[in-house]
Amino acid sequence: MRIAGCIAVAILGLSIGCKPSDTTIDKKSDASKLLTQSEKIIEIQGAGASFPYPLYSKWMAEYQKVDPRIRVNYQSIGSGGGIRQVMEKIVDFGGSDAPMVDEELAKAPGKIFHIPTTLGAVVVAYNLAGVVGLKLSSEVVARIFLGEIKNWDDSAIAALNVGVVLPSQPISIVYRTDGSGTTAVFTEYLSKTNAAWKEKVGAGKSVKFPIGLGAKGNEGISGQMKMAPGSIGYVELAYAKQAKLAYAFIQNSQGRFVEPSLESVAAAADSVAGRIPEDLRVSIVDASGELSYPISAFTYVLVYEEQADLSKGVELAKFLWWAIHDGQKLGAPLHYAPLPSQVVTKIEAKLREMRVGKQMLLTAKN
Amino acid sequence: MLPTHSEQAPRRELCEQKPSKVEGGRNFGDGLFKWITAGFAASAVILLAAMVMQMTRASALSIQRFGFGFLVGMDWDPVQEIFGAFPFVFGTVVSSVIALLLVIPIALGVAIFLAELAPGWLTKPLGLLVELLAAIPSIVYGLWGMFILAPWLLKNVYPILEKTLGFLPLFQGVPQASGRGMLAAGVVLAIMVLPTVASVSRELMVSVPKGYREGVLALGATRWEAIRVAVLPNVVSGIVGAIVLGFGRALGETMAVTMLIGNRAEISASLFAPAATIASMIANEYAGSSDELYLSVLTELGLVLFVLTLLLNMASKLLVWRVGRMPGVERSL
Repeated sequence: MRIAGCIAVAILGLSIGCKPSDTTIDKKSDASKLLTQSEKIIEIQGAGASFPYPLYSKWMAEYQKVDPRIRVNYQSIGSGGGIRQVMEKIVDFGGSDAPMVDEELAKAPGKIFHIPTTLGAVVVAYNLAGVVGLKLSSEVVARIFLGEIKNWDDSAIAALNVGVVLPSQPISIVYRTDGSGTTAVFTEYLSKTNAAWKEKVGAGKSVKFPIGLGAKGNEGISGQMKMAPGSIGYVELAYAKQAKLAYAFIQNSQGRFVEPSLESVAAAADSVAGRIPEDLRVSIVDASGELSYPISAFTYVLVYEEQADLSKGVELAKFLWWAIHDGQKLGAPLHYAPLPSQVVTKIEAKLREMRVGKQMLLTAKN
Repeated sequence: MLPTHSEQAPRRELCEQKPSKVEGGRNFGDGLFKWITAGFAASAVILLAAMVMQMTRASALSIQRFGFGFLVGMDWDPVQEIFGAFPFVFGTVVSSVIALLLVIPIALGVAIFLAELAPGWLTKPLGLLVELLAAIPSIVYGLWGMFILAPWLLKNVYPILEKTLGFLPLFQGVPQASGRGMLAAGVVLAIMVLPTVASVSRELMVSVPKGYREGVLALGATRWEAIRVAVLPNVVSGIVGAIVLGFGRALGETMAVTMLIGNRAEISASLFAPAATIASMIANEYAGSSDELYLSVLTELGLVLFVLTLLLNMASKLLVWRVGRMPGVERSL
């Protein structure tokens, strides 16, 4: 029953994979070859951050064309869940927007590698009729979210937006209540750039916002914002684009107002690419560089250095290898910036260290 | 927690033994049947005990660290590791109470109309429609509340409340620009609870023998008098039970409330202000957290909700019992 199911899935996968070029005869012979190998289908389970999920699901589909024997599965359950499940070895890899902290790494039953897979930006979105390209500085963003700036026509906002007609409308704040990587990146940025924020609120996946309404998930934020003129909130870039929310240009460490985009996020990653630590856990929040968008971050896949199962481990390593090379090209249409080449080189070295016992999983030909 | 289980256990045994004493037969099949059903009955209790045990164990870290202060603490700041559950308990109870206050008159009206006044051809379809309200998924209520009800309340209801009842602190303050808050959550909860309360009440009223009404009508009573004298007193305790059932559902409702209540761990006198409930907090935070203490705290919140529901159930049993002994009820029986 199960084998029959596998075969059916395998043939399906193959027929999708071969569609563009292969002839019918080729398909047949390939299919019969697969029938004998059908027991070799390998399932790789992952779970974690929801932010890279659209990209990961694209990867899962595309990777079936590369190797029809592999089924990669990813449950988008949140960064915290990803860390938890990888530590309990429920999944083969975890996904997290925020790198694991030392304490968590120490508790894990094995050495965990952080593999950056793509880049994301958190945008400050707003709902103000007729205002496009609003400019904000970290100071103003912090003061708005602290509840100190209460009105859109406040002089602090007006000073950054000369020539823009700002309505005299109260600001209503929306934040994420589901402990999310997005909140972690956003509050890390504010803590890093604003002393008052650091002291009063701090950084983390869940923080106590001094004012505003909580909404669950990106869709909660956007639903809330669309219903509330004068609202401001923070969401992932990819999501803001999908939901057609207006978002602000943010002043970076060089004093330039930068629009969040694939290029400005990549620029932020480039600016730190030269000094990425050995374990690849690095913050690119408030990065230096003229063109860097300051609220940017890597998102990670978490894998054990030492895998339990040889055949599965090999396929996992190969999949990740593919993801950081060919997989990067699939990111742009979905608004995910590609990894800088220097980072890719470092990840390659990490993936080569993955092993089962003393056997390395990736051979030199990769 | 534990004492209540030991209280329940002997009572259950009593119930089980009664019929076998009456039967007195020694049929093998009967014995087997008795043990099988007893096993099913026990499984519910075992499951409950296992859940409580597991939850207590999972929240041990939080219980040790915060003790009783957890229940009365007002502040919730994950960064500073300060956790107080009181705002969530408050939000849970208040949103459910609002729902009940709104739903009781409406549900009773629906039940009386369907059971006593509606023409025969209307009873079935209308009753079906009311029950259909219960079949709508919570998330649909949430989305509808978020996009339609809350803005509508904001535009049409809040200003009126503020104007007429604004002298009460309940209806003061500026509502959120999206209309979300305690009151919006309470209204949606009321709609969600309506079918439960209304259909149980209707069933109860229908079950009152026709002769009662006819007798009272024959004495020259009006329709309303007949309902008041012959029907309602017989079903009061059942209706209280139905209301408690609805209250229980409102306490634990998660999705729709999460989307409407505003999710702020604050206590405000104003019903326009955002709040948070225990269930919404767990739904929001559990999946995303990896920190051991935080998970433990969230589990303890679940335990608090559990105890809250248990207390409520016990209180309701007491209430039903008291209502059942009320002089008016006895007289009519």
